[in-house]
Amino acid sequence: MRYLPLTDADRAQMLDVIGVSSVDDLFTDVPEAARLDGPIAGLPNHASEMAVERHMAKLAGQNMIAGQVPFFLGAGAYRHHVPASVDHLIQRGEFLTAYTPYQPEIAQGTLQMLFEFQTQVARLLGCAVANASMYDGSTACWEAIAMASRVTKRSRALLACGLHPHYVEVAKTMAKFTGDTIASGTPDLTASCGEDELIAEITDETACVVVQYPDILGRIPDLAKIADAAHEKGALLVAVVTEPVALGAIKSPGELGADIVVGEGQSLGVGLQFGGPYLGLFAVRDPKHVRQMPGRLCGETVDAEGKRGFVLTLSTREQHIRREKATSNICTNSGLCALAFSIHMTLLGEKGLRQLAMENHRLACQAADRLAAVPGVGLVNDAFFNEFTLTLPRNAREVVHELAARDVLAGVSLGRLYPGVEELSQGLVVAVTETTSEEDIEAFALALQEVLA
Amino acid sequence: MNAPNKSGWKPEMETALPGAEAPTHTGNRALMLEEPLIFEIGSSDTTGVDLPEATGGTNRLGGMERSEAIGLPGLSEPETVRHYTRLSRQNYAIDLGLFPLGSCTMKHNPRLNEKVARMPGFADVHPLAPQGAIQGALAVIHELGEWLKALTGMPGVAMSPKAGAHGELCGLLAIRAALDARDDPREVVLVPTSAHGTNPATAAFCGYRVEEIGATADGRVDMAALEARIGPDVAALMITNPNTCGLFERDIHRMAEAIHAAGGFLYCDGANFNAIVGRVRPGDLGVDAMHINLHKTFSTPHGGGGPGSGPVVFSEALAPFAPLPAVRLAGGRFHLVEEETQVDHGHGQSFGRLAAFHGQMGMFTRALAYILSHGADGLKQVAEDAVLNANYVLRRCEDVLHAPYGASGPCMHEALFGDEGFAEGFTTLDLAKALIDEGYHPMTMYFPLVVHGAMLVEPTETESKAALDQFIGALRSVAERARAGDPALKQAPVHAPRRRLDETLAARKPVLVWSEGE
Repeated sequence: MRYLPLTDADRAQMLDVIGVSSVDDLFTDVPEAARLDGPIAGLPNHASEMAVERHMAKLAGQNMIAGQVPFFLGAGAYRHHVPASVDHLIQRGEFLTAYTPYQPEIAQGTLQMLFEFQTQVARLLGCAVANASMYDGSTACWEAIAMASRVTKRSRALLACGLHPHYVEVAKTMAKFTGDTIASGTPDLTASCGEDELIAEITDETACVVVQYPDILGRIPDLAKIADAAHEKGALLVAVVTEPVALGAIKSPGELGADIVVGEGQSLGVGLQFGGPYLGLFAVRDPKHVRQMPGRLCGETVDAEGKRGFVLTLSTREQHIRREKATSNICTNSGLCALAFSIHMTLLGEKGLRQLAMENHRLACQAADRLAAVPGVGLVNDAFFNEFTLTLPRNAREVVHELAARDVLAGVSLGRLYPGVEELSQGLVVAVTETTSEEDIEAFALALQEVLA
Repeated sequence: MNAPNKSGWKPEMETALPGAEAPTHTGNRALMLEEPLIFEIGSSDTTGVDLPEATGGTNRLGGMERSEAIGLPGLSEPETVRHYTRLSRQNYAIDLGLFPLGSCTMKHNPRLNEKVARMPGFADVHPLAPQGAIQGALAVIHELGEWLKALTGMPGVAMSPKAGAHGELCGLLAIRAALDARDDPREVVLVPTSAHGTNPATAAFCGYRVEEIGATADGRVDMAALEARIGPDVAALMITNPNTCGLFERDIHRMAEAIHAAGGFLYCDGANFNAIVGRVRPGDLGVDAMHINLHKTFSTPHGGGGPGSGPVVFSEALAPFAPLPAVRLAGGRFHLVEEETQVDHGHGQSFGRLAAFHGQMGMFTRALAYILSHGADGLKQVAEDAVLNANYVLRRCEDVLHAPYGASGPCMHEALFGDEGFAEGFTTLDLAKALIDEGYHPMTMYFPLVVHGAMLVEPTETESKAALDQFIGALRSVAERARAGDPALKQAPVHAPRRRLDETLAARKPVLVWSEGE
């Protein structure tokens, strides 16, 4: 077995040192009834690198690759170009095969990177402090709701209708067990994000209002207005950003008054990967909320010689110290994804991020106009960044399947996101990024026209 | 090791060069390179990516366009590559040497797995693509799930938890859902004192009161205390087996019988599954739910702190309550079972969704490649070699390091030592920092909490005997210095990129982001 360096001679010598005659003698504490005689029956034995690669390649071959077809899916996971140096750097063994930086003297690489990441994220989201990352956007969103309950000592969360339905489902699952109350709804196929209706529901018992920005239909809600209304009632505004590239073009949630800003960082550096691992972003606007934050934090300090260095800090919030009184049970971050995000962000810089954002927006505008010109197709949004919603003359889910059969991955139907909601069944959410070519847009428009004809 | 070559030739040099410790102009010391922050070297108008110039004019951003500067520095590609390469060299990693971090399982990460995860057919696939376009991805989730079921002897599996602690949450939520379904509210989860901190944190999150069960002098769960406490108010017993003292819980069957007889469930923290994989199936031990850290047992890379992946296996009693989504094979096709189709696929009692999308796919491909590479025979050998290596370290060091449970039978995959016998004022921390100077990452320190000055050493199966012998030599040497009270130990590390860092300062005056004017 190529990954196991011990030889039989080594094993015999070591057993001798230990003072037992066989390895079975090391497993004598296992109840006899539960000891297996040999390898588990019915399973294959070891295989060569070549054989495993062949098997996995065969499975990989049964998926439609986004980069090989006109591709317009988004809804919380976006396909962006990741510079080659990002993947090269994250595969350096010193990053890839390191552990959580619990011994800071020999983990300054990871720690400095996390400090840089925290600063990049805080600035991008318009906040004072960001943590070292969470599992993904959906779990970060739930952690923000839980944190808002701790801060306000209230337990009602009001979710805007434009929040990603998976994020809503996660919050509902968790709330079943914590006693929080979650109010949510489904979006209307209109250009308005329904800010006034949302504001009307905020009460003195509301812990937080959770608003996705841009929302699931690609619309851009008026966060400042919602923030004012929430603050008036003593509630916090949690903003959720599933497409961080958007913040190269539009104002940050922190700037608009959001108290906690969470997000899915996958767009930068991480790639689609069929949904995971992704990268949860978590930041707070007011530094006084730091001690209520979940997750790891990296902080600056000095070493015994006075040199600047970095450590994990404020761990008295965390489970390994606080056990059942911790702010969260979270025990990890999404370190390597945070590294990929940070490298990609460093390569872009402010200039590149703004250019990237405007290129996304330019192509999205072009696609929206071209697709809305297909007979029977309407554009829901007045405003959008790189994702918008179309209304089709018939069930959008069926259209998506028909287009997939023509090798066009057309977008995410609202029927997929909101099954059973008849009013939404003709909606199609279309994402366009810098990886979308003008030929892709034309191919999509022509194929759509054909299947709708 | 700096053994001279066989010819005996040595460069002719004085042993202590004058000026060897003199400061350098740059502050660098040859390959030890200092690196500033990107905020100190980058600028907001530099970019390492060629993109079209942004043109002004009309947009459809609804009047929300950014006007203020963001403050994000950019670097060109060569500067970026150099920055992160230099940072990387300040990290210790498995690729550099033995990493005996107990309970964390730092084993070699095979590079085939990296190659496989990057195949465009896995890496460049959208999670919401139509199911006909993602049959291969669903096949991976299904195939890995079947392996996990077979290796644990348990009939149900949930693949979506994103890390070990997320898996614990998944397991306890299933237990809570099963109890709710039979209208049996219970208040308490029992956790041994030696448990990982995530166990009580998770139980508390799920609305349970946590009560601790002590350990006996031999390092195992106190059965008398446990049996006296188990009753109709106890929802679950959360154990770790092998436990965090590195010992197998011999009375596991009695624990399972006791908790089941009282109507509760047995949760097993699977962090230490790597000690028994392929040799013992937790399903045969009476376990109802167990999370599996793919980044431990199945060697997906730790990445400097994640991402992890924590699938959960379930007994017959809990399987119906597993979260969404699930993958099911029916009629020759793989189906993604979500909220919409859960009833049709017999998942109507699921407790709901834990995270967006379908789990850590990039970890599934790596773990499956790892499992297929080893096969049933290789995985059994993994457990045996991991246990053999740990016992070898235990027996070769117990004369110089106090082994509190050295007489409690063989250890499993990790050897536990305490600080008894160190000179007055010398601590586990001192020994750990001295190991850094010897070129090793220290072992887990001060965990489990049941042993004073605990040092938990997990060598893993991917270390050769020669590597172990060298490590044992270093460990014995620093242990002897701690016993003798060598004052130099208090200064360690002196050869690392940084000396000991002031953690108190970091917590008292938190500086969590960079700001201008520093």
